Amino acid sequence: MARTTARPHPPPATAEPPPPRPARRRVGGPWTVAALCAVLAVSAVLAIGLGSAVIAPLDTLRYLWAGTSGGVIGAEEVTRYQITWQLRTPRVLLAAVVGAGLGAVGATVQALVRNPLADPFILGVSSAASVGAVSVGVWGVLGSLGVYAVSAGAFLGALGGTVLVYLASLSAGGVTPLRLVLTGVALSFGFQAVMGVIVYFVPGNEATSTVLFWTMGGFGAATWGSLPLVAAVVVGGIAALTSVSRRLDVITLGDETAASLGVDTDRLRRGLFLLTALMTGAMVAVSGAIGFVGLIVPHLVRIVAGAGHRRVLVVAPLVGAVFMVWVDLLARVVAAPREIPLGFITALVGVPVFVLLLRRRGYLFGGR
Amino acid sequence: MDLRMDGVSVTVDGTELVRELSLEVPGGRLVGLVGPNGSGKSTALRCVYRALRPSRGTVWLDGRDLSALSLRESARSVAALTQEGGSDLDFTAAEIVALGRTPHQRGNRPLDARERELCRSAMERMDVAHLADRGVLSLSGGERQRVLLARCLAQEPRVLVLDEPTNHLDVRHQVGLLSLVRRAGITVLVVLHDLNLAAAACDRVGVLSGGRLVASGTPRDVLVPELIERVFGVAATVVAHPRTGTPQLLYSLTDDTEKEG
Repeated sequence: MARTTARPHPPPATAEPPPPRPARRRVGGPWTVAALCAVLAVSAVLAIGLGSAVIAPLDTLRYLWAGTSGGVIGAEEVTRYQITWQLRTPRVLLAAVVGAGLGAVGATVQALVRNPLADPFILGVSSAASVGAVSVGVWGVLGSLGVYAVSAGAFLGALGGTVLVYLASLSAGGVTPLRLVLTGVALSFGFQAVMGVIVYFVPGNEATSTVLFWTMGGFGAATWGSLPLVAAVVVGGIAALTSVSRRLDVITLGDETAASLGVDTDRLRRGLFLLTALMTGAMVAVSGAIGFVGLIVPHLVRIVAGAGHRRVLVVAPLVGAVFMVWVDLLARVVAAPREIPLGFITALVGVPVFVLLLRRRGYLFGGR
Repeated sequence: MDLRMDGVSVTVDGTELVRELSLEVPGGRLVGLVGPNGSGKSTALRCVYRALRPSRGTVWLDGRDLSALSLRESARSVAALTQEGGSDLDFTAAEIVALGRTPHQRGNRPLDARERELCRSAMERMDVAHLADRGVLSLSGGERQRVLLARCLAQEPRVLVLDEPTNHLDVRHQVGLLSLVRRAGITVLVVLHDLNLAAAACDRVGVLSGGRLVASGTPRDVLVPELIERVFGVAATVVAHPRTGTPQLLYSLTDDTEKEG
């Protein structure tokens, strides 16, 4: 378009003074990322060393080295090595992976449905996953999958639930964010009811404890075998999400504005719902539905790093991973040898931190 | 770039919001759409910036059928200020303006030097450069509107579609905005509520009523008391602006209006 260099109008004599509010600091550059990676590594080593048997960080590193490179360790250390390498390492890695995934998916879903209360489970994924898992436990379907049957059930439940919510909220004009959220909330009550009915009519308390696990979450069942698939899905998923970060920015401007900027919101929503459902399903299948992380971490990150998804989708996974590693550590050491369900701790730790930050920084989302 | 709407009709849920609308905006001209609430002005604009697909009819952009272009392709030529009020997230004003470059960008490539300069000058022209680092959610309605307009300018449009751009703006920025888009040499289709601003700013004015174009032409030909009475249901006196000669409307709240114009 033609350039007009002149300003449209001179400022009047009584020009308003520049606003007193200072420019906000934006965190999220390469240094932040490097620092967060370092924090994550240190947290992981500490978390692997801590527990009912405390292992010094240097020993932890030695065992990790032995585990990855097949190095030699003394015979008297075998038990400690086993604890470190076979039990805690996969568990801590799984916590990091799931924390990262929940952070990224939470940030994405909040932008997609344009709702600050959205989290990865807003579309009924967690209750649908529980229905799947409980069905497997009660009726023994998917028995051919052996130890992975329950996880597979949870995964299929999560995916099926999301598709159902999506279809139910489909209208002539595509899928509107609010309709999607409302449908998700309504259907998740439905899924909970189905689960309740199953648990009510099937005798035995195994189903009850299964339900508790899938709704509150935990990493107690982590093994090396459960790690690769979810890690691949989460890491690949986060990479895919970051590749559309600019379009995620645009979608928060509203669907009409997005269209005027050349972004097809219907297609983007559809694709990203499928992707986030896959990621959430894979995470729920190994850890149950861990609440609050996917809701709070994105907000925390936006408070310090700003709203742009190019930063948020890099920082939120790292913060989520660090947070989850520490929460899982708390879950297994605070009341050892018993484990506290993760959902309790994420809420007890996350909520106060969140409320404090919210008050301090004048954080705004969707209004004042 | 010429914009032409040819027999455009929009039917949503069985209601015909726009009927057989044909309207031409010649390159570089500023054409206004006026009409009472619910007359289909915004719906007509939506068809131009691709938020809505006409049920019948065609929107032509320099002889090319708009619906044959991809969203991205048309967004490189057509920018729009919608009635949506910014973002749900607290982006800085500078970040919002930079999003205007989206249709010209592939993936997440950061803006190059020319594009950053483009955004900066767009903010300067909209008088929001000093707000660059402020969060948009903390801005006043008028400031936010100007930031969104700067985003439209950063899009380097050849056609600019504005849906009530003067909403929330103080009088200085209303006049400033319309003067700016007039001078910019872009093709502009604008919905305005203020008939006096429309008369002053537009080369041509189209009047919509019940989804139909009931009159179009120069402000002087269109904005006459009989039409205002018929379409808007108010009695108005039309006088010539003492300095520019454009028609200006004076309304009176009582019934005993003396007809003059």
